[in-house]
Amino acid sequence: MDIAINTGNSKYHVDKNGYYGRFGGAYIPEMLYPNVEELQTKYFQILSDPSFQQEFDALLRNYVGRPSPLYLARRLSEKYNANIYLKREDLNHTGAHKINNTIGQILLAKRLGKNRIIAETGAGQHGVATATVCALMNMECVVYMGSIDIERQAPNVARMKMLGATVVPATSGSQTLKDATNEAIRDWINNPVDTHYILGTASGPHPYPDMVARFQSVISEEIRKQLKEQTGSELPDYLVACIGGGSNAAGTYFHYLDEPSVKIIAVEAGGKGVHSGFSAATTQLGKLGIIHGAKTLLMQTDDGQIVEPHSISAGLDYPGIGPMHAHLYESGRGQFLSATDEEALEAAYELSKLEGIIPAMESAHALAKLKDLPLKKDDTVVLCLSGRGDKDLNTYIRHMSK
Amino acid sequence: MQNRIDQLFAKKPNGVLNIYCTAGFPELNDTLPVMKALQEAGADIIELGMPFSDPLADGPVIQDSSAQALKNGMSIPVLFSQLEGFRKEIQVPVILMGYLNPVMAYGIEAFCIKCSELGIDGVILPDLPMAEYESEYKALFEQHNLHFIFLVTPETSEARIRKIDSLSRGFVYAVSSSSTTGKDKEMGDQKAYFERLKGLQLKNPVLVGFGIKDKKTFDAAAANANGAIIGTAFIRALSGSQDINKTVKDFVGSII
Repeated sequence: MDIAINTGNSKYHVDKNGYYGRFGGAYIPEMLYPNVEELQTKYFQILSDPSFQQEFDALLRNYVGRPSPLYLARRLSEKYNANIYLKREDLNHTGAHKINNTIGQILLAKRLGKNRIIAETGAGQHGVATATVCALMNMECVVYMGSIDIERQAPNVARMKMLGATVVPATSGSQTLKDATNEAIRDWINNPVDTHYILGTASGPHPYPDMVARFQSVISEEIRKQLKEQTGSELPDYLVACIGGGSNAAGTYFHYLDEPSVKIIAVEAGGKGVHSGFSAATTQLGKLGIIHGAKTLLMQTDDGQIVEPHSISAGLDYPGIGPMHAHLYESGRGQFLSATDEEALEAAYELSKLEGIIPAMESAHALAKLKDLPLKKDDTVVLCLSGRGDKDLNTYIRHMSK
Repeated sequence: MQNRIDQLFAKKPNGVLNIYCTAGFPELNDTLPVMKALQEAGADIIELGMPFSDPLADGPVIQDSSAQALKNGMSIPVLFSQLEGFRKEIQVPVILMGYLNPVMAYGIEAFCIKCSELGIDGVILPDLPMAEYESEYKALFEQHNLHFIFLVTPETSEARIRKIDSLSRGFVYAVSSSSTTGKDKEMGDQKAYFERLKGLQLKNPVLVGFGIKDKKTFDAAAANANGAIIGTAFIRALSGSQDINKTVKDFVGSII
């Protein structure tokens, strides 16, 4: 796997100071500095180590089940009059792309000599993926989760507990993903020596956005290979992914950022409508700010207080966006769209009926925008199906009965 | 005019008591009454917290006070309007502590200008990186006679402490353990760290913060440094207060 590829000449990858254009950096209190500095100085070297790559590669193959298929969705393609390929991250162990990153970070934590793992989770997918690798590596695991999310995602809480993790409710603030992240960071401040923080998305202080993007970059590396085998060309016309913090999107785009013929489409959660006051469309509603150690686009009040977003999908319900994506937006390299709760639900039903695949609510946001792309008959579209819909059945059932 | 923080340390090099309170807490208009009561009771420095929705470096007690203050309607513009003319009554040094995002939203230069007009002496923004301060903001803060105060922790390397000392004005804020505010850790564990700090012979005075809650812990910290900072314990006392003047007087009186 080419997770340690040199991206030094790219204007879309991280620069040597940890920035993507004017976004990124490490805006952290001094108490976290030694931990973050240790990661900054060591992560690339560790990722470049052939024995690390071998171990990462073997686990992805034999434990996660990679490579994940690239599937030409025929009925969906007919409907939208293009060749639509789905990158099936939903078929990974634990049901989403999240495990690519947790496998990478747990191997990294071992090499840093850490024996305790903390993580934040929203819908619980990253929490489950973290609890899974901690069981695998026999490490103590503490997952922070907003009290409100604990209530609405009970099956994932049970899974984490069954895997041996301690789930700690975040009771501060709005008691959702951003507060769970605050609590995880506070835990790290209080346990700076023995603990590694497995952040689940392509945000946070440098080097997390680049590190997470690299672990997820297996997605686009495989797409290039698989697309070449299936179509004769490595390059699609469109790459489509949903974005909350942006880890599946970062993985989907990673090896295509410097291919100008490939159009990059990012779909944010529009909630009840971008201007309804209940939305998580950060690029539309945010302005420059600092969240969880990164300078990026951020939904906030005029006074600089962070706003609680809204999305039907707990995984996209985040007021910030990874700094790589903020830069893709601002530089115009990526085109940012948003899908409402309603559009995403319809797209989830459509995929289920046309292809026999029940997608995660997050991935359904990406699917929902196929109808808005100016597709032509011979266009090739690769869409990252980041997760499966089992966890969202309650939401889907509620919708069905309407 | 010489900065009030420097005047204070010139006059009182040891046993300096810095008390933290959250602006707009417990009630929106309690900011000035609390500050006046602190001055009267004998606090040497007042550290005024600008509440933020996501205070990463703070423990539950200060988080709750921030959340309450925000609910009360506190913001940087509201705080500045409360502080209009406060120097007529308050002479002790006043430091604003907060997080970078609300200050960015206000505008960092506008913030410095306003602080200087009002008579603020120093600023603590724990999430503004040292390198960025040095390259982007140092000149601005110094031009407005605002001392920028950095934190050091037991995990901070000697080279970095020296760098921080060279950029700091006023004092260096020594976090007594790597922890969020309000965490109890034994002072004994920190002894080697304090001795190490002392041995470095920094150019700035050192105040010890985090984990100081009563006379015993204050005295222990003050013996190892130029003074100490109390936050959580004071906010806890204020939380249940029926009479601010009496609460502040009793609290400060129990320390000094």
